[in-house]
Amino acid sequence: MSKDSINNKNNNYKSIIHETITKNSSKRKMKNNLITILLCSFVIIAIIPLSSILIEVFKNGVGALSFDFLFHPPGSIGSQGGGVGPAIQGTLLVVGFATIIGAPVGILAGVFLSEYSSSSRIFAYFLRLFNDVLTGIPSIVIGIVGYITIVLTLGSFSIVAGAFVLSIIMIPIVARVSEETLKLVPNTLREAAYGLGLPKWKVVWHIVIKGSKSGILTGIVLAISRIAGETAPLIMTILGTSLFFGGFNSPVDALPLRIWRLASQPYPSAHEQGWGAALLLILLVLSLSIALRMFAQKRSITFKSTT
Amino acid sequence: MPLKDSRLTHSELVKKLDLRNKKSFFGDNFFKALVIGASLYTLLMVALVLFALTEGSIPIFVKEGFNFITGTNWNAVEGRESFGALPYIIGTLVSSAIAMVIAVPISVGIAIFITEMIPKRLGTVLSFVVELLAAVPSIIYGLWALFVFRFWIRDYIEEPLHNSFGEYISIFARAPFGLDVFTAGIVLAIMIIPIITAVSREVIKAIPHSQKEAAYALGATRWEMVRTAILPSSKTGLMGASFLGLGRAIGETMLVTLIIGNAIGLAAIPTSLFSQSQTLSSIIANEFNEASNDLHLSALIGLGLVLFIITVFINIMAIFIISKVSKSYSNLRE
Repeated sequence: MSKDSINNKNNNYKSIIHETITKNSSKRKMKNNLITILLCSFVIIAIIPLSSILIEVFKNGVGALSFDFLFHPPGSIGSQGGGVGPAIQGTLLVVGFATIIGAPVGILAGVFLSEYSSSSRIFAYFLRLFNDVLTGIPSIVIGIVGYITIVLTLGSFSIVAGAFVLSIIMIPIVARVSEETLKLVPNTLREAAYGLGLPKWKVVWHIVIKGSKSGILTGIVLAISRIAGETAPLIMTILGTSLFFGGFNSPVDALPLRIWRLASQPYPSAHEQGWGAALLLILLVLSLSIALRMFAQKRSITFKSTT
Repeated sequence: MPLKDSRLTHSELVKKLDLRNKKSFFGDNFFKALVIGASLYTLLMVALVLFALTEGSIPIFVKEGFNFITGTNWNAVEGRESFGALPYIIGTLVSSAIAMVIAVPISVGIAIFITEMIPKRLGTVLSFVVELLAAVPSIIYGLWALFVFRFWIRDYIEEPLHNSFGEYISIFARAPFGLDVFTAGIVLAIMIIPIITAVSREVIKAIPHSQKEAAYALGATRWEMVRTAILPSSKTGLMGASFLGLGRAIGETMLVTLIIGNAIGLAAIPTSLFSQSQTLSSIIANEFNEASNDLHLSALIGLGLVLFIITVFINIMAIFIISKVSKSYSNLRE
């Protein structure tokens, strides 16, 4: 064989290899592009209904908003007038009382998991597990429990039962977030405080808890935005009424509950009011979520500067 | 010690220090008791849920026995009471299954898209939107589905399917109405997509960069990197995320109550995608305040117990899967 022909052969192989690589890689590139387009279309598929929800709520809800709507009790069924005043008041009261019970308990449970768990590992393991179990229990089941334990004992639907039930939903959320944020506090801070001779509870209270205030607040706001939209457990605890708050042993109203009742009525005027109430609820929850985002950003900044 | 203390005698100083120690001892114990008390309260709540449900459902299990789980009748009329939970268990499982089939691929796809395929800043914006949507209360999804979405579903999906396949395939047989198990499944999917996406995103983000870089270094395209480096090692984590979504879908009440059609008894077993049905949670919400007698109430509480057991089982599975994954990641990093 002459040198020339070997060279020729080599060139031949090279071109074949080159060809297959380009062919293969163009195939692979095409597959890559197809999948990218597919995933992009998933995003669009998900965004269409979700944006439609926001648009419809704003479009249909704005018309219902007025002074009467915000501050007056509902009119008689099927009539045009009336508002959702008791529902707004009821939501604020029930969520407020639930926070008064749920937030301290949740924070302290989080403190236990983060600061005191090293001495009793098994207890901490079960607490964490039960906390997660509690997060997963459907809210309507917790509502039944509230009915059995509070409503049947006190003999009437009341704000007490509603607040108790919502606090059960709130505790695991606050505990989880508190634990996570308290663990972020650098150990050097704790050691420095011990080095100054502080007792443990002062270290925990003044250094650890106060140092992660914004993180704990994040947890509380997250939990509030979750319980403010809960409907199912309120059916069997506060029942719903068209009157303003009238004492601790009578039914109260709440926004999600009022939306449900209005949507179940066959009158267009009720539906319009339902959209209005939905707009109020969504504004409440979304503003809480955006506030949450700001807390979270602030927190990450503070910890960057301390570590 | 501050300087003014140095004038004290030694014994006085010891006494004073002792006192301070005792005080802090008391503070320590008090605070610890408070913290442990709060933890016990949390545990007590779980026990309370279990106890209240069990105690409340004793009458129905005494009357119906195991029939309560396998029976299909639902009659609350005085003297002819008969309660069976099977149709609602099936309704719950079918609607959640439809939701999972739709939601899982879409959510995982979105999570991959957000974390790997678009610029970081755009990804942050999109994931912020996803988190916002996870916060929208389910009653609002229900309201929208009842007044807007069910007409889209009926006109653009159900009627074409029914008209072209209804005669041959039995799951498309019933005349579509919009308020059925199919619509409920789709709206549940829309509701849990933000939830599954948020968790999946965390799982995918936790994969070590070295794995992705290794795949790229071998000449992988972006999709090949996802397929060979991300999906295999995040498989279990994504499963955990899906289980969390499943737990939410099974326990969801208000949305389902508004759009599933609320059939009762034998009629609630869905024979086709377009038949009315009922889930465990929706029948509780519908009938709890109208419960005519103690046995009826006890039957509803019994449904609550069944729902509780199903969701706790699913959630514990999700917890174990996720904890296993986070352990294996920490091994990888070391």
